[in-house]
Amino acid sequence: MRFRFFQAAVVAALSVFVAFPAAQGPTAASYTVVTRTGRQPLAVRVVNGQEMFSLDDLARLFALTVRDDTLAGGITVSANNQTIVMTPQQPLASIGGRMISLPAAPVREGRTWLVPVDFVARALAPVSQQRIELRKPSRLLLVGDVRIPRVAARSEALGAVTRVTVDVAPATPHTVSQEGTRLLLRFDADALDIGDIRITPGDVLQGLHPGDSPSILAFDLGPRFASFRVSDQPPPAPNAGRVVVELLAQTEAAPGGQPNAVPPGQPPPAEPPLLDLPSPGGLRTIVIDPGHGGDDPGAKGANGTLEKNVTLAIARKLKASLESRLGVRVMLTRESDQNISVDQRAALANNNKADIFLSIHASASVRPGTSGAEVFSLIAGDDAARAGQGTSESLPVLGGGNRDIQVIPWETAQARFLDQSASLARTLAAALREHVAMSPRALVQAPLRVLVGANTPAALVETGFLTNPAQEKQLAGDDYQNAIVVALVDGIVRFRAAGAGAAR
Amino acid sequence: MNRRALTAAGIAALAIVAGWLLFVALPRWYRPKPQAPAAAAGQPSRVDAAQPPAARKITATLYYLSDDGMSLVGAQREVPYAADVAEQARAIVEAQLAAAPPLVSVIPGGTKLRQVFVTERGDAFVDLSADVTANHPGGALEETLTVYSIVDALTVNLPAILRVQILVGGKEVDTLAGHVDLRQPLAKSLEWVVHDTH
Repeated sequence: MRFRFFQAAVVAALSVFVAFPAAQGPTAASYTVVTRTGRQPLAVRVVNGQEMFSLDDLARLFALTVRDDTLAGGITVSANNQTIVMTPQQPLASIGGRMISLPAAPVREGRTWLVPVDFVARALAPVSQQRIELRKPSRLLLVGDVRIPRVAARSEALGAVTRVTVDVAPATPHTVSQEGTRLLLRFDADALDIGDIRITPGDVLQGLHPGDSPSILAFDLGPRFASFRVSDQPPPAPNAGRVVVELLAQTEAAPGGQPNAVPPGQPPPAEPPLLDLPSPGGLRTIVIDPGHGGDDPGAKGANGTLEKNVTLAIARKLKASLESRLGVRVMLTRESDQNISVDQRAALANNNKADIFLSIHASASVRPGTSGAEVFSLIAGDDAARAGQGTSESLPVLGGGNRDIQVIPWETAQARFLDQSASLARTLAAALREHVAMSPRALVQAPLRVLVGANTPAALVETGFLTNPAQEKQLAGDDYQNAIVVALVDGIVRFRAAGAGAAR
Repeated sequence: MNRRALTAAGIAALAIVAGWLLFVALPRWYRPKPQAPAAAAGQPSRVDAAQPPAARKITATLYYLSDDGMSLVGAQREVPYAADVAEQARAIVEAQLAAAPPLVSVIPGGTKLRQVFVTERGDAFVDLSADVTANHPGGALEETLTVYSIVDALTVNLPAILRVQILVGGKEVDTLAGHVDLRQPLAKSLEWVVHDTH
């Protein structure tokens, strides 16, 4: 009797556990996590119409430490020495004291927590050392250095020519080859994120679909196919590429299928991008360098304000603002008052493939009257012409094949970017002028050491003169620091819009 | 007979040449040349030949901070004359380091010149005391002006010097105060100079 009661209790308890996930609503199609080493699914739950990841799954993937703060009723997620704090009451997360918004609050499910899918892009990506990119439309989560360009295609029949326009973002090297009844468009990538494919099947082109290997788009050729030609067209957007493949049909006049019987194709008219391209500048990573630090205080104000503290405060604000406004990854060369060598500063930008390197400073002069902000870029030195080239080496890569790797001498990396850096400096100076007073020499080119090794567009901003008593007070205060930050974010937005960062 | 006379004449001629070399040519070679100072010391603009050699001066252009703190301005100053390029370079740098009120120097006070070397290729190495780093106020522009006041003072006044590298305490340095790349010699740049006051 008692035994039976016990059995029933166990069954009841088990059914509760089984039923519990169902109570949270249907499970949605999972995301695919793509890393250099492979792919794995990441389960998605839908709670109140919001797609959620399990924090336990994320902890396993990204080596996070998740702790329940029972006293405060919150959740603490530690990643890479940074802490993200959330509470079940609010759709917010705090990253090192900075608040970001989430589409929904975390939800407890059994022994784990569910967090909105956007948590990965908004909270985890900014604190991670590696690139984390969440692609919601294709349900991909890219981690680290994986190259999965987005691809979209459309066909048009133009008499004897069937023109297939393929847009790829970012622009990716590719080759086209015919193998039997298929034409293979092979991209230099780890895989393709294939989006919208609009093909009208005919007797020249019967279909377009993913090929046998993940980096191939395969064209199924029809019975009337005779030959093809490929041309790269002007990019539809600064960070994308466009390939046009024209399939030529056999003509009645030339039953043997001679391609020369077909009139040469007209250059295709400029079409809008086939892909939805949200950030036309292609800025992904920005490295901000708070000048000086540790034993090197930099310039000193008469009232004791130190340059190293001003630069760190401005850099932190700039990072927060860039992340929330542009959704880019921002890294600081130093997070605290520490010694960092000049080479380490540029190295952080180079190792993380930064799209912009921005060094923040505060100035000094023996003339206390001097004030105002200035922007510097590197001046072309004697070595620039020689250094501009670099050499190319073909190296074998994972998965077979070779890849050309540019070998650039560390000392002269900036030489290739002098024009882009000058344009970045001009844009930043113009934006600063709208928010703060500039020095009479607002735009300067000089042989600055920290810029020499940056393998990306780079500039140095002198935010103001600490030796000017009024400006020292400004530099130490939030209002002026915020004005500088707003101006620099504006400048970076304009630089991105100009597409100057897209050449990389 | 004839042969003997020839030998004697030859020996006599050699003795005369040797004597001239020893007592006339070499002393003149080693003495500062009053008529051609430009050849020896680069190109000092003016030489006061009436003064005794020890107090002889040249006029050199030295560089100071402009009123707005944004540029260098050139000023003509008297500098002791030296026969040798390295010695003349030393005299010019020492004058550039010295305070010259009411002009404002961009080189930190207390900076001393340790040594100047000039290579055959026209690179001058100016070795300054550590005060130039320790007492530097900082700032990218100010540091640029400090560096180019020395680079231009040498390259403008001494055409034999094409490039200048600043050393601190006998060693190559990255920068003076974290900004200007000093790992290579720098060529003359008049971009930092607005106008000469005199």
